Amino acid sequence: MTGPVIEIDLSTSSVRDLNQRLHRLDPGADERRWRVLNPNGAHAIAVGLTAPIDIEIIGHVGYYCAGMNAAATVAIAGHAGTGVAENIMSGCVRVRGNAAQSAAASGRGGLVVIDGDASARCGISMKGVDIVVGGSVGHMSAFMGQAGTLVVCGDAGPDLGDSIYEAEIFVAGEVASLGSDCVEKALDEAAAAHLAGLLERAGVAADSARFRRYGSARRLYNFRVDHAAEY
Amino acid sequence: MCGIVGLFFKARAASPLLGPLLAGMLHEMGERGPDSSGFAIYCDNAPPGGFKASLRAPAADYDWDGFAGKLGAAFPLLGPLRPYGSHAVVTLAAVHEDLHAWLAEHRPEVAIFGFGERIEVFKDVGRPDAVTGRFGLRQRAGTHALGHTRMATESAVTTEHSHPFATGIDLCLVHNGSLSNHNRLRRNLRREGIRFATDNDTEVASGYLTWRLRQGLSLQAALEAALSDLDGFYTFAVGTRDGFAILRDPIACKPAVLAETDEWVAMATEYRAIATLPGAADAEIWEPRPATVYSWQRQ
Repeated sequence: MTGPVIEIDLSTSSVRDLNQRLHRLDPGADERRWRVLNPNGAHAIAVGLTAPIDIEIIGHVGYYCAGMNAAATVAIAGHAGTGVAENIMSGCVRVRGNAAQSAAASGRGGLVVIDGDASARCGISMKGVDIVVGGSVGHMSAFMGQAGTLVVCGDAGPDLGDSIYEAEIFVAGEVASLGSDCVEKALDEAAAAHLAGLLERAGVAADSARFRRYGSARRLYNFRVDHAAEY
Repeated sequence: MCGIVGLFFKARAASPLLGPLLAGMLHEMGERGPDSSGFAIYCDNAPPGGFKASLRAPAADYDWDGFAGKLGAAFPLLGPLRPYGSHAVVTLAAVHEDLHAWLAEHRPEVAIFGFGERIEVFKDVGRPDAVTGRFGLRQRAGTHALGHTRMATESAVTTEHSHPFATGIDLCLVHNGSLSNHNRLRRNLRREGIRFATDNDTEVASGYLTWRLRQGLSLQAALEAALSDLDGFYTFAVGTRDGFAILRDPIACKPAVLAETDEWVAMATEYRAIATLPGAADAEIWEPRPATVYSWQRQ
């Protein structure tokens, strides 16, 4: 993207002012590149964006950064607090450092890349988002995942993919344990091509042949009469 | 909600930066806990054989001079009583049990909020800036300190229910979360001789650690035992005479960030409290893992 870079310093400007400015962008204006300085862990930076703009945030961000993102590209040069890119619709959110719990929670589309580690519940209730984690993820990641792909280049914590519906999971390292109804599946040609394409889109250098694939055994879809006594 | 903060300087010498930095961290956590605030600061040693008692009276205009006269007749005072409105710190040659018994008989309106060679505890209802201002935190030097901003979910909003809770000698605890088995645990610990002043869940966690340390366990081992015996959600920060520790429950819903430089270790519920510290931009920053004890000890 070309054009001048507009700098906003959050040590002198409020998050609300920044977000309102981004929400009210004139579609014809040449305000497509933004740089945010001194986030200092503030919450809700660059949430609810709907324009195809580029934003770079220099420093660590608090909760829900780039939440509900649509169309925009947001890069965080630092760590991110709880719920980065929660409910992302489209576009791309990249965290250069680590992400705290519930990264990309309930994301419906778009791409979330975390170069470092993601904590617990990464991709919880994901509904179509693609997530690529360069490091490891914490426990209960992809819990109740319904659609989309979670790629973990490092290790996964306990109960990976618990109660998963249809999302796909690829892990290159160790999986501490699989959650209820999550099973290993064959890395067939179509899945391998999907994984390789996603790694390339994310700009993450990893050998797709090292990954194992996990998904739903689909045993929780329907009530089983054998379990009637448990209710 | 609730916000917790901790700052531990690695050097032995007391730093005049401790008070102002902790007050700044607490300010950042104000939105997470507007009900009450408190802090424990580890500062000057009491003279050999002496202990510092952090006391709290029901009114800010309490007659601390008269109190000190009476107390001094019962126990040797090793320095002048320092009044801070409703709170006061007195250094005396007396063990915890004897002071407690004397207060119960002669001044039942005065509570002990902290007791030890180095710890001083201050807490009150209100936002952190009001509470740290009331007790002059910004003017205080020390080696390490813990702080808390409370959004009550579990028991009443009073000064007594505020954190930190300091049930043992130089031991204190701040907590973000809630415990579900604290009533039964409190009954059991009372039988072991641990004293409780409130119905608060966090006080039980503090009493539990006091009991485990009294059994001879290290702080590390006591916290590992807590993982089996405490049921509920928690991120704990614990202070001891020369140490500092963090523990999160295995589910780890309650947030926590740790940061370390050559000079200090800091813990906070959110990074924005750490961002206020000198050198934060270059600190090593990470999220403590679930069910894992992190501790630092000054040699």
